[in-house]
Amino acid sequence: MTNSNETIEPSPNDKAPEKKMQTQVTPSSLANVAGNRELRVPGTEMLGIGLETRGVHAWFGKKHVLSDVSLDFAAGTVTALIGPSGCGKSTFLRTLNRMHEFIPTAALAGQVLLDGRDIYAPGTDVTKIRLNVGMVFQKPNPFPSMTIGQNVLSGLKLAQIKRGNTDDLLESCLERAGLWSEVKDRLNEHGGALSGGQQQRLCIARSLAVEPQVLLMDEPCSALDPGSTFRIEQTISELAKTMTIVIVTHNMQQAARVSDYTAFFLSDGGPGMMVEVAPTSKIFSSPVDKRTEDYVTGRFG
Amino acid sequence: MTLITIPEPQRPWETTMKQRASTASILVAAALISWILIEVTGLNGKAGYLTSFFLTSTILIFIQQFRLRDVAAAKDSLLGSFALLGMVITVIPIVSIVSTVVIKGYKGIHFGLFIHDMALNSVNDPINQGGLLHALVGTVIMVGGALIISFPIGALTALYLTEIRGRLSRPIKFLVQAMSGVPSIVAGLFILSSLVYPVTKSLSGLMGSFALSILMIPTIARTAEEMLRLIPHELREAGVALGGTQWRTVAGVILPAAKSGLVTAIILGMARIIGETAPLLLVSGGGDSLNLNPTSGAMGSLPYYIWKAFLTGGTDEAFARAWGGLLVLLAFIFILFGSARFISGRKVN
Repeated sequence: MTNSNETIEPSPNDKAPEKKMQTQVTPSSLANVAGNRELRVPGTEMLGIGLETRGVHAWFGKKHVLSDVSLDFAAGTVTALIGPSGCGKSTFLRTLNRMHEFIPTAALAGQVLLDGRDIYAPGTDVTKIRLNVGMVFQKPNPFPSMTIGQNVLSGLKLAQIKRGNTDDLLESCLERAGLWSEVKDRLNEHGGALSGGQQQRLCIARSLAVEPQVLLMDEPCSALDPGSTFRIEQTISELAKTMTIVIVTHNMQQAARVSDYTAFFLSDGGPGMMVEVAPTSKIFSSPVDKRTEDYVTGRFG
Repeated sequence: MTLITIPEPQRPWETTMKQRASTASILVAAALISWILIEVTGLNGKAGYLTSFFLTSTILIFIQQFRLRDVAAAKDSLLGSFALLGMVITVIPIVSIVSTVVIKGYKGIHFGLFIHDMALNSVNDPINQGGLLHALVGTVIMVGGALIISFPIGALTALYLTEIRGRLSRPIKFLVQAMSGVPSIVAGLFILSSLVYPVTKSLSGLMGSFALSILMIPTIARTAEEMLRLIPHELREAGVALGGTQWRTVAGVILPAAKSGLVTAIILGMARIIGETAPLLLVSGGGDSLNLNPTSGAMGSLPYYIWKAFLTGGTDEAFARAWGGLLVLLAFIFILFGSARFISGRKVN
C-alpha cells in the first residue's frame, strides 16, 4: 500500500518525453467531459489495494507484443487503458491477474505488485491472485448451465469459499452491479434469458461475489448498445467507491466519462508500449506526447 | 382518430400457383417422354424409367428457367436437380432396408417373444414358441457393461485433448482415430488372447463388454471431444478468472455446459456397438438361455440370436424368427438415435 501511495503523481512516466508541449490544444469536448469529473487523489481515501507494474514485457511465442510497461493503479481509482487495436492493452490487462499465462505460447518479464507483493513470485497461488483481481470480459459469458442466482454465486463454488448467508451476498452483488431490481423475481431463470447488457452486469455481479480488491474490465461495453453501456458506466462509478478498477476501452468518450487516470498505449509495428499516463482530464486536454494528442483528437486510430 | 386498414398478411416470396402449375406440367411432360422412350427405345425396367425421367425433367426445368430468367438461374436449377438426385440415391437403400425388415419382421413379433428364451426350443420350432428375452437381456447387460467401462475412459481422453492439451494430444488424437477403424473381429480376438485364454479361461458377458469397449471408447472419445470443443473458450477463462482451479472449472462449468453433448456421445457409442456380432461370438459365446450373471457362462445377444436363426435353421419359422430379431434390434437402435437427436436438439432451445 505504501508503495502505491508514494507514487501518487501518475507523473508523465519515466519514459514519457520531457519536452513540454503545452501548446494550445483545442479543448475538445472530451476534455470537458473529463474535466467534469472531480480528480480523486489516491491515498486520501483508503480504499482497496493498489496495483503496480514494473517493467512488464509480454510475448506470444517469439513475438514481443508488449514492452516495458511500468504503471501504477492507485487504490480506489479508475484507470482507463486506451489505444488503437493491437497495441497490447488487453494483453497488459491480462498480465495483471495472470490470465496471460492461460494462452499456451505466452511468456512474460517484469513484476506485477499487488499490495507490494509480486504476483509472479515463485510459490504464489494463482487462484488467490485471481480472487483478489477479478475480471470482466469483452463478451458477456454467463455460465449456460446455471441460473442467474447460481451464476452470481458460482465463484464461491469454483474457489471453494464457504459463506453462511448467500442470500444477502447474492442481493448485494446484484445491487452493486445495478441488476437487482431487474432480476430479483427471476433468480431461477437461466442467465441466457437476459439481454446482452443484463448478461454483462450479471458477469460483473459474478466477479463481485468473491470480493476482489481490483476489477479488470476488458472492453466490457464493446458488444452492447448505448443504453446498456450507460448502465454499466453507472455501475463502474458505483464500484469505484470501494475498489480499484482498470478498464480497457476503445471508446474514448467512455474513458473520459468513467476514469480518473488514462494510459495511452501504442505500437509502432513493434511491441506495444505505454506512451503516456496522466489524469484523464489532462490526457484529453493537454497531453504531453504528440502521439497521444493525435489519437485523442481523432487524427488516427 | 384516423382509421388504419390492416392489410392481409401476404407471402410474396412463395411460389405462385402459376409457377407450380408450370413445374407440375413439366414433370408430367417428363413422365410422358420417358414412357415414350421406354416404349420406343431399348430402355426398360424401373431403373431405365427413372433414369430417363430424371434426365428429361432436368433438361426441361433447365430450359424453363433459362427462358423465364437467365443462364445463371438455369445452372442453379441444374445443381438443384442433381442435389435432389443424390438425396434420392442416399435415401433409397435406407428406406429399402427398413421397409424389408419391417415387412418381413413383423410376422415374427409376438408378445411371448419378450418373456421366453430359447433354452427349450430350437430355431425351427413354430414361431410362437420360445423367445428372445435372453438375447435382449444379454445385449442390454453387455452394452451397459461396455458403457460403464468406456464412458469414463472416453470422457477423460476427450478432457485430455480439449482441456489439458498436453504434449501427447496429437499422437493420442491420431491413435483414437486409428482405433475407431479397428475391425470388430480384432477387438474380439484381442480380448480372447489377452483375457479369456490366460485369465478367465471361460467365456462370459463381461468379456463381451470388454471387447465392445474397445470399439466404443474411440467413438465416445471423439464425439465427446467435439462436444467439448463447442464450449466457448470464454467460459473456461471466466471460470479460471473467478479463482477456480482448472479441475474445478471443468467440473463446475465445462462438464455441465456439455452435458447434453456427452449424452449424445454415450448414445452414439452404444449405437456403434449394439449390432456387433463377431467379437461376441468369440468371447461371450452365444447362450440360448437367460443368463443374468455377466461374470460366468455364455451370454446371448440380439445379433447372435439373428445370426443363429439365419444360419442354423432353414425353415420358414427360423427365418421369421431372424427377421423378428432384426426388427427388435433395429427398433432398439432407432430409439437410441431418436433420443440422441431429442437430447442434443433440446440444447439449442
